[in-house]
Amino acid sequence: MTRIPIELRTEALEQLLVERGLVDPKVMDAYIKMYEKDVGPLNGARVVAKAWTDPEYKARLLDDGTAAVAELGFKGPQGEHLVVVENTDEVHNVVVCTLCSCYPWPLLGLPPSWYKDPAYRARVVREPRTVLAEMGLEVPADRRIEVWDSSSEARFFVLPRRPEGTEDHTEEQLVALVARDTMVGVAEVRA
Amino acid sequence: MTVVQLDVDGPAAPPRSNGELVFAQPWESRAFGLAMALREAGTFEWEDFRTELVARIAAWESGHEPGECFSYYRCWLEALERVVVTRGLVADRAVGDRAGELAARPAGWDHGHDHADHDHVH
Repeated sequence: MTRIPIELRTEALEQLLVERGLVDPKVMDAYIKMYEKDVGPLNGARVVAKAWTDPEYKARLLDDGTAAVAELGFKGPQGEHLVVVENTDEVHNVVVCTLCSCYPWPLLGLPPSWYKDPAYRARVVREPRTVLAEMGLEVPADRRIEVWDSSSEARFFVLPRRPEGTEDHTEEQLVALVARDTMVGVAEVRA
Repeated sequence: MTVVQLDVDGPAAPPRSNGELVFAQPWESRAFGLAMALREAGTFEWEDFRTELVARIAAWESGHEPGECFSYYRCWLEALERVVVTRGLVADRAVGDRAGELAARPAGWDHGHDHADHDHVH
């Protein structure tokens, strides 16, 4: 099984499924293009910026993540059971999927390779402060770190802290500040 | 399925905004697309696929060749194979057999272009 190159195994499986009428290559192409080009962290950034500028939206987001992001049109595979956790001065949240790669696709697209890596998945649970420091995020010693293990029952999404000095920013300006890693909890938003 | 129109060239251009391609190699994207197309066709419940994926990842973590790099999409493909074989959609050996046939294709099998536009010698 392992001697056959993986790309040929993939091609073989695709051929067999297409021949049996179980898979439409056009549907495959559409999904690939969608996650390569259209669905990505910008969606999550829009959610964050809206939560920062609209307290009522933020309350709805924290109450029922899936429904609140659907208001902005973000839904689809892996978007169910979205749970939003808010970073504050007291607590920093970081997300992992210890068993596989559960991740809120409609908001962030497909997960980056480090998120799927066995080392991250195992270590961030045991020693989050050290792992975050290695990734360039020094969490103040007096700030608690909460690690959230995503699954099919709950996919976690971090609402990062709004940086100081952005009080006069418009929602669109805020969107541009929010990078993917801040919504997984391995980075902070910088003004 | 919601496709949201996005500013794909701007500073926050998704999903490459953090400098990483979604798929490292073309076969990874095909493996991804296969699972999504089967899911959309209602061929399997996503949770059943996820259970197999978790099992494949756990199996890799509990025993792999020294120095072998983790490949998420290898686990993904193996999980997908397991799901379609378990459901009787594809026979157990069919994938390996077909892959063997593909491996036996003569070199340059996909090189069927018109030679009139250049003059290299095969």
